[in-house]
Amino acid sequence: MATKASRSAARLMMAPAVVLLLGWMLVPLTMTIYFSFKKYLPLRGGDLGWVGFDNYARFLSSSSFWPSVQATLLIVGGVLAITVVFGVLLAMLLDQPMWGQGVVRILVIAPFFVMPTVSALVWKNMFMDPVNGLFAHLWKAVGAEPIAWLTEASLPSIIMIVSWQWLPFATLILLTAIQSLDSEQLEAAEMDGAPPLKRFGYIILPHLGRAITVVVLIQTIFLLSIFAEIFVTTQGSFGTKTLTYLIFQRVLESQNVGLGSAGGVYAIILANIVAIFLMRIVGKNLDA
Amino acid sequence: MARSVTTRRKTINTALAWAIGLLIFFPILWTILTSFKTEGQAISDPPVFLFFDWTLENYAIVQERSNYARFLWNSIIIAGGSTLLGVIIAVPAAWSMAFVPSKRTKDILLWMLSTKMLPAVGVLYPIYLIFIRMGLLDTRVGLVIVLMLINLPIIVWMLYTYFREIPGEILEAARMDGATLKEEILYVLTPMAVPGIASTLLLNFILAWNEAFWTLNLTAAKAGPLTAFIASYSSPEGLFYAKLSAASTMAIAPILILGWFSQKQLVRGLTFGAVK
Repeated sequence: MATKASRSAARLMMAPAVVLLLGWMLVPLTMTIYFSFKKYLPLRGGDLGWVGFDNYARFLSSSSFWPSVQATLLIVGGVLAITVVFGVLLAMLLDQPMWGQGVVRILVIAPFFVMPTVSALVWKNMFMDPVNGLFAHLWKAVGAEPIAWLTEASLPSIIMIVSWQWLPFATLILLTAIQSLDSEQLEAAEMDGAPPLKRFGYIILPHLGRAITVVVLIQTIFLLSIFAEIFVTTQGSFGTKTLTYLIFQRVLESQNVGLGSAGGVYAIILANIVAIFLMRIVGKNLDA
Repeated sequence: MARSVTTRRKTINTALAWAIGLLIFFPILWTILTSFKTEGQAISDPPVFLFFDWTLENYAIVQERSNYARFLWNSIIIAGGSTLLGVIIAVPAAWSMAFVPSKRTKDILLWMLSTKMLPAVGVLYPIYLIFIRMGLLDTRVGLVIVLMLINLPIIVWMLYTYFREIPGEILEAARMDGATLKEEILYVLTPMAVPGIASTLLLNFILAWNEAFWTLNLTAAKAGPLTAFIASYSSPEGLFYAKLSAASTMAIAPILILGWFSQKQLVRGLTFGAVK
């Protein structure tokens, strides 16, 4: 089917997409690397010359660097743990026969479609506000002191908001994977007297292994760069300054472009480490 | 999935699943309900759930005070424009990858995906600078281009998986019957590809609609879409729950409805075919 003429036609048809993405990748990336070796302060003197690896060293040694790494890891790790554990449980529940399954699916999936600024703002004000929030009412109703969630328990609050947004994603993908499980295998195990916990541990969980890996990898890539949720709620204060937010502040708020770009290069390297694993899985599947 | 279960078990499943489903959906439901309350009822303690004086005034006020319609229009233009443009560029690429695959097709597909993994913040300043230089800052055109580029890998990928499911034999048969390439594409391929293209459009429209890094950082007053409109409510003067809820409801309602139609495509679009 592939003649020489159709080959070159195919190449021509691919060209726009490839060229655009190549430009989109290379141009800004080159500029970021270029800036990262310069002392560059647009509002305070502009380009002040080459500084070698100074920015890289300064970014690492700044007092906000390690806390930001810590906050990033806690948020990513916390959200992953919550969404995967509850995602598996919820997917298994939704796979069971019940009435109104379609409607329940819709209810569960809905948070994924809420734009991040809306969910952050709704949670911040209508639920987590220490005076008028629904949680405050609830706490007072049982006689407890309301909690100022986003200041006193800022990281858990952000983890909760983001988990709410991503649980539907994990659930949906895990549900798809569970539905592809051969039910005869489960029935056979049941007949052989395998208790539910064993059936889960030896049949369901291994079958879900790949789907869980995919969920973890894709979510990690998105979670490493969450922005709106922090921008709208705490603006990076109270220990919620992630690596992404720190770089954003360096670049746009304090306009220290050299330093921010060095941070950007670190973020790119970090994301690429995760991406390599994801690519391997996706690539393997492409062959099959 | 023909597992026979007792009615009792089914009842328990149903009750549990509905309870959890409603719990997860509750913040959205609460937002929608609050948008119909007066400001006083919105913060009343104990909270009122259904028995309040339903009112539409919040919607009117939000539109009047912050010109909701303009932000909505920006969102439609930006999400719609970037998605359409992306599909126009991606269809030929995906078509050639699916029907004239070469040794490098897989590498190209994976490379395209890898551009999607580039953290936005890493290239924030260069894009910002390019936007200023080219006069694209706070314009809809600029955002259409950026959102098209960040979603292009997903669009190509989704279309590729759909096109690959079209059997090549049908195309060969058409060719045997003397169809030209143009007829082949127009009358044979297109009708079969329409559902796939439609799902791709839908999912990417949603993704572009909710995108909240570039839309917040590259717009100000003029081209801001609904993400920016809502973010403007995070200032203290915007702390009126009923109005905040009305604004939020208006920002998410269109996409919730579209999203419910696209939930089947979600898995395919977001896992790049790694989970089936």
